[in-house]
Amino acid sequence: MMHSTTFRIIYFVFFPLAAAFLIALFGRRIKYFGEAITSLVALILCVNSFSVLNLVQHQKMLLFRVGGWGSALGITLVADGLSSLMLVIVNLISFLVMIYSVTYIKKYTDRWKFQALLMLMLTGMNGVIISGDLFNLYVFLEVASISAYVLVAFGIEPEDLEASFKYAIMGIIASIFILLGIGLLYSYTSTLNMTDVSLVLFSHPAGILTGFISVLFIVGFGLKAAIVPFHSWLPDAHSCAPSPVSAMLSGLLIKTLGIYALARVLFNILGTSTQLLSVLMILGVISMLTGAFLAVAQNDIKRMFAYSSISQIGYIVFALGIGTPLAILGGIFYLVNHAFSKSLLFLNAGAIEHSCSSRDLRKLGGLNDKMPVTGATSLIGAMSISGIPPFGGFWAKLTIIIAAVQAGHVVFAAIAVLVSILTLVYYLKFQTLTFFGKLNNALSDVKEAPLFMKISGIILSIICILAGLLLLPAFKPFLQQAADALLIG
Amino acid sequence: MTLYFLCFVLFCVGLFCVVRKRNIIKIIIGLGIIEYAINLFLVLIGYRMQGRAPIMSEGREILNMVDPLPQAMVLTTIVIGLAGIIVAVSLAVRIYEKYGTFDITKIRRLRG
Repeated sequence: MMHSTTFRIIYFVFFPLAAAFLIALFGRRIKYFGEAITSLVALILCVNSFSVLNLVQHQKMLLFRVGGWGSALGITLVADGLSSLMLVIVNLISFLVMIYSVTYIKKYTDRWKFQALLMLMLTGMNGVIISGDLFNLYVFLEVASISAYVLVAFGIEPEDLEASFKYAIMGIIASIFILLGIGLLYSYTSTLNMTDVSLVLFSHPAGILTGFISVLFIVGFGLKAAIVPFHSWLPDAHSCAPSPVSAMLSGLLIKTLGIYALARVLFNILGTSTQLLSVLMILGVISMLTGAFLAVAQNDIKRMFAYSSISQIGYIVFALGIGTPLAILGGIFYLVNHAFSKSLLFLNAGAIEHSCSSRDLRKLGGLNDKMPVTGATSLIGAMSISGIPPFGGFWAKLTIIIAAVQAGHVVFAAIAVLVSILTLVYYLKFQTLTFFGKLNNALSDVKEAPLFMKISGIILSIICILAGLLLLPAFKPFLQQAADALLIG
Repeated sequence: MTLYFLCFVLFCVGLFCVVRKRNIIKIIIGLGIIEYAINLFLVLIGYRMQGRAPIMSEGREILNMVDPLPQAMVLTTIVIGLAGIIVAVSLAVRIYEKYGTFDITKIRRLRG
């Protein structure tokens, strides 16, 4: 009985991997094979993630041992409060992105390669979330990263290649730092299982070695998450990638490979200290400020959103750095909100590019009459991300700021408010220059985005509106369990 | 200890190569060197002086054996490293087609 319920964790890795393999085999020969199988697999995983979330609510933790080996020898897959919440976000957004990309990728040749790579990236992200030992975390991280490097270059324009090369070099160096950290941890503890590592570190504190490994992990995962001193690849990679990929990268990849893995390793395995938390907090504040100031100056829609991602990631890192239970709850809540609203905005940027074949803010304007659905959904996404009251983003930012004030970091809380205003400024700039005002003459025969693109946008914007309800007592256990998973372990 | 130090030197050589060199191919070679350094480090973690292969057999007790797990890890990281290098090299080939140069200071269309 136990076996059959926990077995479904492995679906998250098995199905997309099998789909990638099948698409690579048959995708070229059978028409619409890739489209059908990606959407189907993503739908199955999406349903499955909700059922895992439900199971975790009752059982606290699902543990699956691959092949029945003990935890010291075999591979363990774990789903606890945080990972089940992440699974829902990842698989829900991936499903919507798959639907969206059915129409969007018609302009590319070799679509099956795109779909196979997208499925591999999903495998990697799901694997990072559920893996219970450090080396598997590294392997899945690389699966996701390598397919992301290729997907960024998918358009093979000179800019895409340049961005992808930059991303690949930075990403490989990040992985090497992570691997070095894992190697050092193994040499001290002689185990790779996350629970065992944390038990050994608890009974035999490693002193300065823990600090060194923490720094390696902050550099490695920080590069993957694009926290500010390590951010230079993100605006290029996220703006050059095809829009569905940008949505996956900005909405999911930097959060699973960066924030989730960093939080897991620092909070659950290495244990945090005050110095480490203050490092995270300062990095977060710098990211918030830098991202927001650079975003205001941008004229390319996707580049602006990419800088905005850096700024919003800063909020999450800042919240983790405060380290109080309320702050961590707020951080996770913000992560959920940002994932949905940022992927919505990137998908809409893709729809604008698809219809107007430009994403330069100076060339757009007055699109509200021509593209009413895209305009409305963008408005919802922009308001959610910049923190206008009824939306989820507002409540999440409010929670983080209250937590910061409670913990005594008044200056940082003030900076967070300031950045929130800046965020509103650049999203207003985006809305005004794209959707409001006078229609540019060159755009008089623009059509609304195709049906599949609109569907994903509408669903995501509904989720954005409803995401604020996660703080209500009826839904709060989901967030609370995720925060507890980090705090208690 | 000397071995660990030499391994660290190899790591630094690779990192220097990635950070300082302008030629894309040299950067990729630097990445390769860093990966060798890490693989060497992982093997060194599992190494025991005078240890033998950890193969169980009847009637023989193994007193001093090398740790096999890092070796398994190294096999995996070699394959992953290969995949990463292949992606980087194929990007380099495409970049050369588009820009006509391997010099990263001349490959700068993205700004701001």
